[in-house]
Amino acid sequence: MEKKQTNDDTSQINTMNSIPKTYKNYINGEFPRTESGRYYSCEAPDGKHIANVGLSTRKDVRNAVQAARKAQASWANKTAYNRGQIIYRIAEILSGRREQFTNEMVLLGYSQEAAELEINACIELIIYFAGWTDKIGQVFGSVNPVASDHFNFSRQEPVGVVGIISPETPSLLGMLGLLLPNMVAANSQVIIASTQIPLPTCTFAEVLATSDVPAGTVNIITGLKSELIPPISQHMDVDVVVGDQSLDIELRVMCELESASNMKKVYFWNSFISLEELNSSPNETISTCLHTLKDPYHILHVQEVKTTWHPISE
Amino acid sequence: MIDRIPIDAVGIQERVERICTRSIKKESKLQALDLALRMMDLTTLEGSDSEGKVRQLCNKALHPYTELPNIPSVAAVCVYPNRVSLAKSILCNSSISIASVATAFPSGMSSLQIKLDDVNYAVSEGADEIDMVISRGAFLSGEYAKVHDEIAQIKEACGTAHLKVILETGELGSLENVRMASDLAMKAGADFIKTSTGKISPAATMPVVLVMLQAIRDFHETTGKKIGMKPAGGIRSSKQAIQYLVMVKETLGNDWLNPSLFRFGASSLANDVLMQWVKEKTGRYQSLNYFSND
Repeated sequence: MEKKQTNDDTSQINTMNSIPKTYKNYINGEFPRTESGRYYSCEAPDGKHIANVGLSTRKDVRNAVQAARKAQASWANKTAYNRGQIIYRIAEILSGRREQFTNEMVLLGYSQEAAELEINACIELIIYFAGWTDKIGQVFGSVNPVASDHFNFSRQEPVGVVGIISPETPSLLGMLGLLLPNMVAANSQVIIASTQIPLPTCTFAEVLATSDVPAGTVNIITGLKSELIPPISQHMDVDVVVGDQSLDIELRVMCELESASNMKKVYFWNSFISLEELNSSPNETISTCLHTLKDPYHILHVQEVKTTWHPISE
Repeated sequence: MIDRIPIDAVGIQERVERICTRSIKKESKLQALDLALRMMDLTTLEGSDSEGKVRQLCNKALHPYTELPNIPSVAAVCVYPNRVSLAKSILCNSSISIASVATAFPSGMSSLQIKLDDVNYAVSEGADEIDMVISRGAFLSGEYAKVHDEIAQIKEACGTAHLKVILETGELGSLENVRMASDLAMKAGADFIKTSTGKISPAATMPVVLVMLQAIRDFHETTGKKIGMKPAGGIRSSKQAIQYLVMVKETLGNDWLNPSLFRFGASSLANDVLMQWVKEKTGRYQSLNYFSND
């Protein structure tokens, strides 16, 4: 009798282990559902339903931008060294959870090899940018020669709130390639996750939530780019939009036009690799992509240069 | 002299929660925002208020946001007595009133004579409205007659100026006390009753304001006089302001949806109302970067 009870308990635990996960947005350090209550089915290449993912709306964008704006100053006020430590911490936590990430990528069509290589590249990229936080000022700041009695110097400052439009694939590496320069630049951000493969980005939110990254510094929303890019590019409190050149041309044009409203900077990097390419030659494509993304100039683009003229008396 | 009316605190809380569920969107939201702006007493009551700060506030009152036409100006600016003449000189050709706090604001801890002098000074400088504080110490020790007579004498000193009586509900302890102080102030001749100085937390809260609105309603039913209401302090978002307006409409009716009978005492609320206004008009979420401070 006693033994039977034990068996029942075990079977219960097994069912518990296989409950499907609900993926939610990440706003202000919390995991709210989308305000809209709408979802789309995230599917494997063979059409199998993997997870429901939120179809966020302009109101989720509004909440995320509000959180980002509120958090920006405190992120920027941390010492550069501390920001580096926090970004490095992201790599530590991500490294400890690499299995979950590779599983989610494989579920959505990655080969095991490509998924593992991408996670490795992600960790390497995070560590690379973690090192830049306290060096960007030294390398790119300057003391300028002027023909008057002034001590004239330039330094980089954060731009503010950034909208990040992740490429569809590589789903995590592409997103990090856009996110990390902005974190180093001391901006706060709102990320639109890949629509096709959103799960790694959603799970990355859990990594952020446990890595000392202050709430609101990074916010992640899921959904359709055609619905989320307009409110981001129209938002007067967003200062920069970065995306990938693989973005649909009509959306890119719309994004640039709407961004003119408050003269947002708009950049489209190039880190797109299609899923077929990723799976057929993972080593080559991911190392090329990593090489492109390891670029300190990506940080400069999302900063503003402040030049100070300090009078000196003879 | 004044009855102590029991208040059902749970009932008040439930009513407030019901009121907060009302959905005001689109056209109705624009109308509510318009009304909220017209009802605003733009306030600066800091020890650090310089001439420049007051001048800036007055200009904000005159021109809340120049980018869009047809944005109404606020009801009044509210300043300390020694800044009244400056505000007057800037606002004399406008419809904007000048409110001044007086009577040893914010504590009210002084002699009646000094309080009367304070009021006389503010009125002589040109204040159209006087925001006085009641003596909470006296009220809480049961000296209701003293509080009543003080208000009555200050009302007399105000002359033609409107008198708003600040109950400082955050220091009164219970909703029963809030109700009693409201009844007392109205009986003594207040034109408006006002929740708070803004110096004490909690300032205006919805349950407290609901109790005060009910006091106004009952006073109107018995005497026929319409007394105004001014929540002040802690109202920062348009959403909150609209909830207050709903509460006024559902407690007192349309007559009170009018700057002569309802005011918001606020400083940062103005920019949020303007941002929401522009958002409704343009469809773009706004940034504080494009709205002037104070």
